[in-house]
Amino acid sequence: MSDLLLKIRGLKIEGRSDETWNPIINGIDVDLKKGEVLGMIGESGAGKSTVGLAAMGYTRDGVRISEGSVEFDGVDLVKASAAVKRALLGKRIAYVAQSAAASFNPAHKLIDQHTEGPVQHGVSSRGESELDGIELYRRLRLPNPEEIGFRYPHQVSGGQLQRAMTAMAMACRPDLIIFDEPTTALDVTTQIEVLASIRDIVEQFDTAAIYITHDLAVVAQMADKIKVLLKGDEVEEADTRTMLSSPTKDYTKSLWAVRSFERPAKPAINVNATPVVSIRNVTAAYGTVDVLHDVSFDIHAGRTVAVVGESGSGKSTAARCITGLLPPRIGHIEFDGEPLPVSYKQRNKGQLRQAQMIYQMADTALNPRKSIGETIGRPVEFYMGLKGREKRKRVEELLAEIELEPTEYFNRLPSELSGGQKQRIGIARALAAEPKFIICDEVTSALDQLVAEGILRLLAKLQDELGLSYMFITHDLATVRSIADEVVVMKDGEVVEQGPKKEMFKPPHHAYTDLLLSSVPEMDPDWLTNLLQERGVDNIGDAAVDKM
Amino acid sequence: MAGLSKIILQRLLLGIATLFAVSIIIFVAVNALPGDFAQSILGQGATPEAVAAIREQLGLNEGPVTRYFKWLSGAVQGDLGIPMSQALFQSFAGSSTGGDVTTVFEQIVPRLKNTMFLAGVSAAISVPLAVTLGILTALYRNTAFDKAMNVTTLSAISSPEFFLAYVLILFLAVLNPVFPSLSNIFPGMEFSDRLNKTMLPALTLTLAVTAQMMRMTRAAIINLLASPYIEMARLKGLSPMRVIVKHALPNALAPIITVIALNLAYLVTGVVVVEVVFVYPGIGQLFVDSVKIRDIPVVQACCLIFAAVYILLNLTADILSIVSNPRLRHPK
Repeated sequence: MSDLLLKIRGLKIEGRSDETWNPIINGIDVDLKKGEVLGMIGESGAGKSTVGLAAMGYTRDGVRISEGSVEFDGVDLVKASAAVKRALLGKRIAYVAQSAAASFNPAHKLIDQHTEGPVQHGVSSRGESELDGIELYRRLRLPNPEEIGFRYPHQVSGGQLQRAMTAMAMACRPDLIIFDEPTTALDVTTQIEVLASIRDIVEQFDTAAIYITHDLAVVAQMADKIKVLLKGDEVEEADTRTMLSSPTKDYTKSLWAVRSFERPAKPAINVNATPVVSIRNVTAAYGTVDVLHDVSFDIHAGRTVAVVGESGSGKSTAARCITGLLPPRIGHIEFDGEPLPVSYKQRNKGQLRQAQMIYQMADTALNPRKSIGETIGRPVEFYMGLKGREKRKRVEELLAEIELEPTEYFNRLPSELSGGQKQRIGIARALAAEPKFIICDEVTSALDQLVAEGILRLLAKLQDELGLSYMFITHDLATVRSIADEVVVMKDGEVVEQGPKKEMFKPPHHAYTDLLLSSVPEMDPDWLTNLLQERGVDNIGDAAVDKM
Repeated sequence: MAGLSKIILQRLLLGIATLFAVSIIIFVAVNALPGDFAQSILGQGATPEAVAAIREQLGLNEGPVTRYFKWLSGAVQGDLGIPMSQALFQSFAGSSTGGDVTTVFEQIVPRLKNTMFLAGVSAAISVPLAVTLGILTALYRNTAFDKAMNVTTLSAISSPEFFLAYVLILFLAVLNPVFPSLSNIFPGMEFSDRLNKTMLPALTLTLAVTAQMMRMTRAAIINLLASPYIEMARLKGLSPMRVIVKHALPNALAPIITVIALNLAYLVTGVVVVEVVFVYPGIGQLFVDSVKIRDIPVVQACCLIFAAVYILLNLTADILSIVSNPRLRHPK
């Protein structure tokens, strides 16, 4: 009993919208012992972050704890006064936020923000805490630990900031840390470093933690036990290995199953066939700086080419060259063997029609004031010249194609749809032009896994029915595995490797591809440990890149 | 840092260009005033010959372009000309050389100094007051204190300045004689005496400018309270006061500085009414008197000074706002 650090009982939380209070969390219990790590997972809207903050006795504006207790070391944070809570926050309970870039104050140096907690809480002097900060930076494997703290947040990269924030949370040696999606915004290679750093330091100081994430493979590496949330309710909780090997609830099983979706391999490409789209020796620049260097690859009829790489590798720039938004400085694009004019302005309607795009943020890619019928109807009229009843009929066909009930959705506005439904509308809009080729730019990265899987299945079905070719831009290798036929790996504006998926996922491959592939977390709870051993604990990530 | 000095240089050149454009507008506007000096000094019964003679004497018959460039080249060298009233006096006295001729420059400088003193005292009271109140109202937002402060300062800014002035005279000079109601300051006065006599106009100006600065400080801070780094500061267990002063305020400086600069400029250029009410010998009074008698060189010089103050203060504000951004101070 006494070794329970955090005891949440019957926690109910409400959020205000339009002057009424609606339930967000419908009664959740949490037990956390000293030094234990609880992984909390669920899709967006499940209430993970809200519970995480409530474990600190904190709610955001417009949210309140309506019932229940949050007992931290015997103190009920729900009933405690602001002063009592302030004495605990930062000192015994600390928080690591999703976006370190936004959560560090841009006006102060890292070390000033680091020492603020210990000094204000009277834990140590400024000088002591500064030395301790440098020591923590070293343990978290930040480069130049003596010097990095004296920089401002904007002078430090995202992955480094995330580690500096973990160091800051550690500053007072708290008993409990809440990690709120600390690696979601990072590239896979950076994610590993941060995960390893967090795990090490939590173990070293025997700190208890609640690790919030939507990524099952990540939570498998970090947590002793896992709690699954769905729309404010607990689905189930079990220790990590049990949960991974034998989940009992259907919802959990469905979450686990997402990663098993994989398309059957297609026969090899006929070498003599003319590719639908061919990118030939393209070099492109923003201003005077070249961002693509001599990029060439082909996309054949009815196939999916996944273009993968970290942010800044030139994936989206390649797409902009194909669509003619960014005319290449050198090289050109061929469509069905015919060279296309470099700028979209010089392309005719037929040429424009053949290449369509689906965007990452379905939210911003749909005009919020146009109904679904209008949004899809516009390309139907523009490209196909259909009007009136014929146009309506075609739009309804398209809606049926993307598995949305035509009569129900025709007159809705984008704001009345869920994220996944909006993305489906984006697909229908691309299909309306009856193209041969569609560029999918990170179309699933803003979606929850179950919804993303639905979109991937839909795209696969459409490809089989209509013989479409896809260029699939993504940084998520799980997506590549499930949908791609060919893979192009990009880094710093260059193609480092390309080939059929089967070969790409089979060694030997280019060192960078290897790094990318091995950095994708797997559901095996021992994955991170084994990987670190393989790479040598002290030279994860950075070192692997240096080796190339 | 090279980037920063380049920006500052750019702004400085832009400021000079603006001042040049303003000088044209001033010249055109002043010359478009109905009536002229000769007419107004000689009164209704003036003969056309006498008017013509004076116009000739003052060079008013030359073309406007010639006169503009004469004025501009003088102004650039610090020579703002001779007040028409002086020039006329000189010619009536019959002596073209010698005699005590006060130039526009000499006439304006002591007045400007007085006005600057008044502005300085008002700023020394109002800026710290407004920023402190802004921080406090942000800290205790939506409480009775916040509402009371907003109502008070808004009432003050909504009342005409002469009304505020008379209310202050009533309470602080007539009913409780704390400060004198007449601000007849003169050169060689003791500083404390001078301060004492400047107090009432300074307080009037304070009432007029505090509201805007306070409300901008409050709004700029509250605007940031939803940002993740403020949430982080709260979750570190910092006191609400520290969260606001240490974490919100440094990031809210740019808009606050801009509004302070605008209000400081107003303290110099908008003092006409207050100076008249308290008979304070500042540049505002000189300006009004000169407009009355169509003394064009003085009016033009006053306008130019007002414009220069505005431009200089806004320039300073721009530069300070830029400097307050750590991304510019400490590039990658």
